[in-house]
Amino acid sequence: MAKLSLPKNSVVGRGRTYSVEKKSNRLKKFKIYRWNPDGDANPTMDTYELDLDNCGRMVLDALIKIKNEVDSTLTFRRSCREGICGSCAMNIDGTNTLACIKPIEEIRSTVKIYPLPHLPVLKDLVPDMTHFYAQYASIKPWIQKRSPPSAGRENLQSVEEREKLDGLYECILCACCSTSCPSYWWNSDRYLGPAVLLQAYRWIADSRDEAVGERLDELEDPFRLYRCHTIMNCTNTCPKHLNPGKAIAEIKKLIATRS
Amino acid sequence: MDSAKRPVSPHIQIYRPQLTSVLSIMHRITGVGLGVSAIVLTIELFAIAYDREFFEASIQWLSGFWGRLILFLWTLALFFHLCNGIRHLFWDVGRGLELEQVYRSGWGVIIGSLTLTVIVWTVGYTACS
Repeated sequence: MAKLSLPKNSVVGRGRTYSVEKKSNRLKKFKIYRWNPDGDANPTMDTYELDLDNCGRMVLDALIKIKNEVDSTLTFRRSCREGICGSCAMNIDGTNTLACIKPIEEIRSTVKIYPLPHLPVLKDLVPDMTHFYAQYASIKPWIQKRSPPSAGRENLQSVEEREKLDGLYECILCACCSTSCPSYWWNSDRYLGPAVLLQAYRWIADSRDEAVGERLDELEDPFRLYRCHTIMNCTNTCPKHLNPGKAIAEIKKLIATRS
Repeated sequence: MDSAKRPVSPHIQIYRPQLTSVLSIMHRITGVGLGVSAIVLTIELFAIAYDREFFEASIQWLSGFWGRLILFLWTLALFFHLCNGIRHLFWDVGRGLELEQVYRSGWGVIIGSLTLTVIVWTVGYTACS
């Protein structure tokens, strides 16, 4: 049964406020989820005021500015700062996205930042992704071949066959989609979730792979695949504009139509 | 570190409601509502056959303000579930899953179910007067 409320230790309290002294026309408030593993305190929402005249334009720029200049204990993941690595995936202004490609100006009022939803929190905006990666490994994300390569050394693919992977291979596994899915919130122990299922389809759709049957057998399960109810929050939130919902529908179709 | 004391990050409390998720949960709620109302309908049908007094009393109540409101919501739930069910059938064959199409069909379902409900009630009132 889905548990809608948060456990006692996860209820978010009010936190500290850090204001800027200098007055500016472009002050912006950031409310950021904080939790420190040292000690027994509950998570809080700390408020930081920033002068946007002295800040880069993306939400990640603001986070880095806060960490550098206001509060060095603020913890978050980031790496490429250009939407390629997927490290800075978090919940900003109510939806999941990458902090590095989310312009601050798109958010009208206070910028609220939480870690990706319904995951165990390690510290502040850093969630524990262990289970997500284990689920990814479970779909065997590599080419499975039995026959030798047709061209001697390489596994050739026609242009048309390669085109089938467009919209699938671009996934950076940031987990924005999976953690936007209510079904994944309640069933992530057994449901694979949109990101991992999109990856599963990426190998099913690959003309070079020879284990499609086994892959579909693995997925044909009331929980692993069929907890998807086509809610489509996944496609709505994907920062790379991919369509996990459609990929899942294609898997369902393949299972329904195979003999 | 004791991993058991890690908090769960907030989810439904903070995730922005959007057409995708709202229509999905509405589909469930109307489904449950229609299931319950099917039982009520069955009771009414039994009453026609076996308990005229009960039947007439219930019809009396259903003609009142609260009765009509419930019947109106019932019609709306029926048409919403029907329209959204058809939307799901298209999805099941792999059509209409691009994001713009999802939004277009979503608004279509809302407008469609409202229109059908109004038509049924207009016809009902015209026929009765």
